[in-house]
Amino acid sequence: MTLLDDKPDRDTEAANPELERKAERAESWRGFFHALPSFVYLIFFFALPLVIVLVVSFSGRKGTGSPSFDDWTLDAYRKLFDTTVLRIAWRSLTMATLNTVICLAIGYPFAYWLATRSKQSTRNLLLVLVLIPFWSNFLVRTYAWRILLDSDGPITRIGEATGLWGKLLFTQPAVFLGLLYGYLPFMVLPLYAALERMDWSLVEAGRDLYATGWGAFRRITWPLSRPGVIAGSILVFIPSLGAYVTPAILGGAKTTLLGDYIVTQFTSARNWPFGSAVSVVILTVMLIATLVYFRTGARTL
Amino acid sequence: MTEGTATPRWVDRVLTINGWIVFLFLYLPILVLVAYSFSGSSTVGIWGGFSFQWYRQMFGNEALMDSLRNSLVVALISTVVATVLGTAAGIAIDRYRRWLGRRTFDALLYLPVIIPDVTMAIMLLLWFTTINLALGLSTIIISHIAFNISFVAIVVRSRLAHLDPSLEEAAMDLYASRWKTFRRVTLPLIMPGVLGGALLALTLSLDDVVITQLVQGPGATTLPVFVFGLIKRSVTPEINAVSTVMLIASMVLVFVSLGFQRRGERYD
Amino acid sequence: MTETAVGIHGVTKRFGDVVAVDNIDLEIPDGEFFSLLGPSGCGKTTTLRMVAGLEFPTEGSIKIFNEEMALRPPNKRPVNTVFQSYALFPHMSIADNIAFGLQMRGVNKAEITQKVNEAIELVRLSGMENRKPKQLSGGQQQRVALARALVNRPKVLLLDEPLGALDLKLRQAMQLELKDIQREVGITFVYVTHDQEEALTMSDRIGIMNEGKLLQIGASEDIYENPNSRFVAGFIGETNFIAGTVAEEGAVRLSNGVAVKARTFSGAGSEVTVTLRPEKIHLHQTPDTARPGYNTVPGKVSRRIYYGESLYYEIDIGTGDLIDARVENVPSQARYEAGDQIVIAFHPEAAEALTE
Repeated sequence: MTLLDDKPDRDTEAANPELERKAERAESWRGFFHALPSFVYLIFFFALPLVIVLVVSFSGRKGTGSPSFDDWTLDAYRKLFDTTVLRIAWRSLTMATLNTVICLAIGYPFAYWLATRSKQSTRNLLLVLVLIPFWSNFLVRTYAWRILLDSDGPITRIGEATGLWGKLLFTQPAVFLGLLYGYLPFMVLPLYAALERMDWSLVEAGRDLYATGWGAFRRITWPLSRPGVIAGSILVFIPSLGAYVTPAILGGAKTTLLGDYIVTQFTSARNWPFGSAVSVVILTVMLIATLVYFRTGARTL
Repeated sequence: MTEGTATPRWVDRVLTINGWIVFLFLYLPILVLVAYSFSGSSTVGIWGGFSFQWYRQMFGNEALMDSLRNSLVVALISTVVATVLGTAAGIAIDRYRRWLGRRTFDALLYLPVIIPDVTMAIMLLLWFTTINLALGLSTIIISHIAFNISFVAIVVRSRLAHLDPSLEEAAMDLYASRWKTFRRVTLPLIMPGVLGGALLALTLSLDDVVITQLVQGPGATTLPVFVFGLIKRSVTPEINAVSTVMLIASMVLVFVSLGFQRRGERYD
Repeated sequence: MTETAVGIHGVTKRFGDVVAVDNIDLEIPDGEFFSLLGPSGCGKTTTLRMVAGLEFPTEGSIKIFNEEMALRPPNKRPVNTVFQSYALFPHMSIADNIAFGLQMRGVNKAEITQKVNEAIELVRLSGMENRKPKQLSGGQQQRVALARALVNRPKVLLLDEPLGALDLKLRQAMQLELKDIQREVGITFVYVTHDQEEALTMSDRIGIMNEGKLLQIGASEDIYENPNSRFVAGFIGETNFIAGTVAEEGAVRLSNGVAVKARTFSGAGSEVTVTLRPEKIHLHQTPDTARPGYNTVPGKVSRRIYYGESLYYEIDIGTGDLIDARVENVPSQARYEAGDQIVIAFHPEAAEALTE
């Protein structure tokens, strides 16, 4: 931390605590002004919109569905307990949780395999191969399954030929496959980062102290990779919960999930306060999940 | 590093098999899609001989080309603005430890990253309606900037954290003003992070469906939303061609970003 | 009459409740090689940074050649710093690194090239101009950092433990080189280190700091022979500490009851610690072979350690801790075994009875 750069008349004074405080304050303002444009922008186009959602969730509604701001009611929240809503919410929650668990079950061994390839060049190459689908357009990747699962699609034809399955499109398994496919890289990458950074000599030390392979994994590797597990889980769970594109493309009327349901409230169903209420609930769930994440000591995503 | 892991051979073999299966899982759908884009058949899932007709149709589709142009404009503008604001924000958080509202800002920066885009979409729609801002290209751009600032800030901040602060002190010790220090020392050294963040912002903007769909209003649309509409209406082979082009564009971005990362490592 | 290059008066630095630098006064004449010596956390680096302008003093005045600088930013001070981590700009070549300060001051290109070449020759790195810092060894990087600072001909050069990262042989070679360069260039050097050998060999004067306070300033010999406190005596070189009480001026009764003559600084009856350096102790079979006027104290050899160029004896004289004595490894010196009953002898001037 340095000094008051541009006060020439002060250049010839000795220091005292008051001036030190002034310098510290100047430094503090400098930091503030660096952040100010983003701060203002985010307040105006993020924080305030959040507040509006909360407000709208408590307002009555006009014929067009938009909020009326004259009468306040808890109708929107009461509607949350409708069976349809609860069913959709439950479906979304189970899908999201299942997706997270399966992504972890598949993703962890995969990330572990990536991180334990001995040559750096191999790891880099494999990482690039994972990055390509990760950066590819999400819509396109989901659409690919639309083709595969269509009535003339290869997977359907294989299923019919072997008698194992019929047309999967527009069913819940289809949506699940789409979610798994879409978000698997989001689980793999943080896991890989955590495992790659790990100090493997700790595992060696564990082996030296008579731990078995499984024991060393359970008590050394797994705990050390936990930040990665948690980051990956959050990066999969939250978008899965609010999934919109995937169920819209791969699902049908019977497989509505929360994301699509919310958007419908703002379009055809014309019930903005209700849509807001559902969103408020999702936001609360998400906030709790992230607090859990930060409580476990992780500081960065 | 990995010599010490000493996973038993059979475990390693299982892991390797799992690895290849996952790669197959990740790539097969995409490859099938690309293959079908060259299929002459008008039924999507059936192969009908090699053909470029869908690509020709795609380039002739004016609405599609318009949406592509909009996508590029939106992406470029929102990326530039988000990168400038996000870089300043990253610097504010990392290099200045005590200022009014720092902790609030820190939390505020992380929220757009974790919030589901559906929620962000309706948030912004409600807000634009409340403040009576007409929906259109400008609201799309505003929305994209809103979520991209955070991503850039996070990337820049992590790059800054690895930058030895005594480098900036040395610059000032050698008579550089604050601005010169930033321009000649800080900026060149965080440039890989800035570019990485910009690339991320670009991709996220080009990818976005939900937010754009809700805030675009009745008029102009972007490419992913246009394609999304096509898919929901009826699946045609033209979509395969568009998808392939979008895939190739994504891959180009991956390699460009890797190039920047490699550049950055040269100084470590 | 040499000017005062650096004048530090009443300087204090507080970080919240912690007092890092506690009201220190210091004047360094022009052309001196001055070292600030002390353990980690004693405040020496903070002091240096305040002179550089990288920290804002809480109180006090910092003058460079009688110009008040306490409030001036580092880029407006005629001082340059060699950082502990060298802080070389990794994205610039060696030549560009060195040229940086000159460029910032607007010196014209031709002059810059000439000065940079001179600097590179001064630190013997010719031929490396276009390399990047990553491609150089630690010792070479250190010299670039030095050249980058010196090329600006600052009025004072500040060095923050610049040799810490080098291995022993290289460090010793660099110490001599630094001293030569300082003499050649004639600039005042303010050198911060925790290595007392380094400070002793290189400095004209040393300032010893501990817990934010400046305890003693003086030439190497002065500090070594006349430490003013237990801390300084223990920090510089090796010392024995023997508890005792002042009997009268110039005489102390040790805790084992033996009376010795020593330099005293307090009144009769005061509790003191007698400091005595190992190399000042002679060993004898009997007291009569000791030199006239020397104190003699009987004791028993507990252990002998062979160091090659010298032998260390640990001796029990009945005061609690063992006394270390260092004896040169020469034929004229008798050797003793563990268990031998001997007499230690030392000149009264070699022992100081300190109260703090």
